[in-house]
Amino acid sequence: MTKHPAASGEATPQTQQTPQTPRGARKAAPPSRRFFAVFLLVAVIVAGFVSFYASASPDGLTKVAEDKGFASQEKDHGLKDSPLGDYGVKGVDDERLSGGLAGVIGVGLTLAVGGGLFWVVRRRSPSSKSPNSKSPSSE
Amino acid sequence: MHVPDGFFDAPVSLGAGVVAAAGIGLSLRGARRELDDRTAPLAGLTAAFIFAAQMINFPVAAGTSGHLMGGALAAILVGPYTGVLCVSVVLLIQMFFADGGVTAYGINVTLMGIVSVAVGYGIFRLLMGVLPKTRSSVTAAAFAGGLVSVPASALAFVGLFALGGTADLSLGAVATAMLGVHVLIGIGEGVITAVTVGSIAAVRPDLVHGVNLTPATPLEVRTGARTSGEVSA
Repeated sequence: MTKHPAASGEATPQTQQTPQTPRGARKAAPPSRRFFAVFLLVAVIVAGFVSFYASASPDGLTKVAEDKGFASQEKDHGLKDSPLGDYGVKGVDDERLSGGLAGVIGVGLTLAVGGGLFWVVRRRSPSSKSPNSKSPSSE
Repeated sequence: MHVPDGFFDAPVSLGAGVVAAAGIGLSLRGARRELDDRTAPLAGLTAAFIFAAQMINFPVAAGTSGHLMGGALAAILVGPYTGVLCVSVVLLIQMFFADGGVTAYGINVTLMGIVSVAVGYGIFRLLMGVLPKTRSSVTAAAFAGGLVSVPASALAFVGLFALGGTADLSLGAVATAMLGVHVLIGIGEGVITAVTVGSIAAVRPDLVHGVNLTPATPLEVRTGARTSGEVSA
């Protein structure tokens, strides 16, 4: 009963050990896309637009360092002249545009690096491993 | 609280680098259990969101501001190991924005990644253990975790400063100043953490690590084809 190498479409009855078809559907359909899109949109708006209105006062550590007199120990940042240094895009003069652009680029970079890392690290669901498994009847 | 280059001597910077590397290594292993096809994208977005939120300095006292650290937030949303990695990625990207020193990367990962996640998530779990299992409990515990994580990081900073700060100062004075301002910043951290966790838990509780602490994979729930219609639609 294993002699149907040509029946590419009908070959499924072979795979009796997998219970039913819902298997295929389960990883295809996490309806999270819209949620993810909204989450990303919020991040982009915060970094690209709201950030312009952030307080310009020194942050807690900087303030303490100033008050207690160790702020002078700070050394110039090694990447001070990075094209994105101090949350601005070099060469873009408009402050709002420069900062907003830098924020959006930062969100994109973080998503790319973080998302890539997490995608690699993640645990594979067992069913996602075998898209090109050997044709079942060959042995 | 991004520590710039120059605040710490070489041994402490190096030592913190070793601690950070160990923490990241451990987290890479632990994150494997937290991340799957659904949560991996969420974790990437969480890191991106933290980057964005960290740009928003809010005023806390005369001439002082603070911003989100995000360790507690990330840990509650995507799990503690992944949370450490989220903050570490954000700190890495921020170096290209000249924010947070290069030689201080290990210190910053230790303070804002490891300490804030450990304390923030620890408090969250502790409270979830005693509070009723409701969504308001999640929000309240998220607030508390966020709140406490910031002064905890500030204290850790003072501890490191005692070991190898580059200025000879009264530690008591530094500790008092750091704690005072970071309790205020912690309130902001708690609010942002609670609002973010609360909002996501309201629309997609299935995606919030801190809501589904029983680690039955959410995917199995789907396979159960509605027979166990428990899942909170």
